[in-house]
Amino acid sequence: MIQVSGLAYGYEASKKITFPDFGVAKGEQCLLLGESGSGKTTLLHLLGGLLRSQQGNITIQQTDITTLSESEMDHFRGKHAGFIFQRNHLIGALTVRKNLLMAPFLAGLQQDESRVEEVLRHLGLLEKRDVRIQELSQGQAQRVAIARAVLNKPAIIFADEPTSALDDTNCERVITLLKEAARENQSTLLVATHDQRLKSKIEQQINLK
Amino acid sequence: MNLFRLVWSYLKAKPLNTALNIVLLSLGIAVITILLLFNNQLQQKITDNARGIDLVVGAKGSPLQLILCNIFHIDFPTGNINLAEAERIARNRLIKNAIPLALGDSYQSYRIIGTSKAYADLYKATLQTGNWWAADMEVVTGAQVAEMLKLKIGDSFTSTHGLTSDGHAHDEQRFVVKGIMNRMGNVVDNLILTNVESIWQVHEVHAEEAEREHAVALDSSIVLSMLVPTIAAGDSTKEITSMLIQYRSPMGAIQLPRYVNGQSNMQAASPAFETARLFSILGIGVDVLMAFAYILIFISGLSIFIALYNSLKERRYDLAIMRSMGATRSKLFISILLEGSLLTVLGSAIGLLMGHGTLLLLPMLVVEAQKAGISGVVFYPEEWIILAGSLFLGLLCALIPALQAYRTDISKVLAGN
Repeated sequence: MIQVSGLAYGYEASKKITFPDFGVAKGEQCLLLGESGSGKTTLLHLLGGLLRSQQGNITIQQTDITTLSESEMDHFRGKHAGFIFQRNHLIGALTVRKNLLMAPFLAGLQQDESRVEEVLRHLGLLEKRDVRIQELSQGQAQRVAIARAVLNKPAIIFADEPTSALDDTNCERVITLLKEAARENQSTLLVATHDQRLKSKIEQQINLK
Repeated sequence: MNLFRLVWSYLKAKPLNTALNIVLLSLGIAVITILLLFNNQLQQKITDNARGIDLVVGAKGSPLQLILCNIFHIDFPTGNINLAEAERIARNRLIKNAIPLALGDSYQSYRIIGTSKAYADLYKATLQTGNWWAADMEVVTGAQVAEMLKLKIGDSFTSTHGLTSDGHAHDEQRFVVKGIMNRMGNVVDNLILTNVESIWQVHEVHAEEAEREHAVALDSSIVLSMLVPTIAAGDSTKEITSMLIQYRSPMGAIQLPRYVNGQSNMQAASPAFETARLFSILGIGVDVLMAFAYILIFISGLSIFIALYNSLKERRYDLAIMRSMGATRSKLFISILLEGSLLTVLGSAIGLLMGHGTLLLLPMLVVEAQKAGISGVVFYPEEWIILAGSLFLGLLCALIPALQAYRTDISKVLAGN
């Protein structure tokens, strides 16, 4: 599913980060652990093709993404990957429903309203369909971000510090929902975090130094 | 979801900003539209009204006044000329047609023109109802006059001296409406036509003098005047206001004005020359307004640029997140261009509507505008240029912000540093 070998990235030549080789199988859930500055976000961005010009190879779904052109990468990402970030980064000008519809629209897929309803119902957000993003609580917004990430049934979900801004209750809830959503959609889940609360939630872990 | 809806949502999310940009641009476009419609229609009217008239001969004074008074009927007469003298000019072989005009009276501020049937023929005027005047004190009115004053065949009225409604009333003599002309879309719509003798009649103080003139006219051995065929040629007591002249050949344009201005105490003015001069005078005012409109448009362009530029700073995360969901650089580039051009096209469309609306309302509020016959429902091909130009303006204003969107480093933005 995901295969990484000989991966290294340098923002500057002197500060090169070298990543361990690893692989994650289809449908697996995996935690990327490490202190701030250890390159968790960089690795996640490299895997998602948000960051390019690296050394080494990244193979996702039998495709070596390092060989894709930029727009090919954009399309690949739209079809196969879903992202969740620490700050939820929903589009404030749009309602919940329209935020979700952005995922298939930007990926160039069919926009299916019933799929939107299905995902919202699963995450307990159906009554928030036509609400503006500003009116949501932090926890609700993070759930909408999860909904958006799983809407296209992506092969992989990348989550970057999805819980570090949340209190214990919401943290618990969000990680549970995230794991459930990934399982339901048969998506591989990769969570980059330094949040110690998650250590007990996902067994497979990769430590970055 | 589609790109248009996305862009529209962004515009709706900042209603005040969007409204300000649209209002600024639409004001500028409205001014340009009004000037365009007004100027084009005015030129059209002036050309229509002056068509077929090569020269106006009248009393000495301002040549522009002579033209304004005798062709467009908006200024006051320069004075009277002697009929006998006018006839001497009219007999020149270079003249094909000479039409006498006797002004001085009005009814409810609509001018009564003493002239010959040739004047109506000049504007190809035709009758809606009734007949042309056959005897003294019979009038034919323009369509606008009849409509505004609710005149019908057989109605009679007394005229007022001067060209405003508060002048001295000529109560002794009553004009009778014999016919109403079709709407011609030119100056005759606002005129009341009659023969020259009627104008003389209302102004004559001594009734006995009138009888004497009449007796002369009945004597068949006398050569009749070519301008006013009921009186003898060379009658030195009669006066008219002016004479409209058509040349027989282009030679007339070279010789006649010099001849009239040099050899008589009258003056000749060329409508073509004087209207060109009028436009160059009006042109300054039009240019100033035009410059004002362009400044408004420039400011709105600047405002749109600043709004897009600033909102893009706020939207860096939105752009990055859209890239993470599979949007290509070019899609984001296009969406920003679309946002700019949507604003300007909307602004200019509203501006065009405002311009047409203003000219539609103006005649309802200002009587003079109604007389001028300026319409708001006329469309010119230049309006497409305005729309296309504003589209270009939108693209131009959005270009730099769009390039920024294109160049956004998604990883950096998402990592939060």
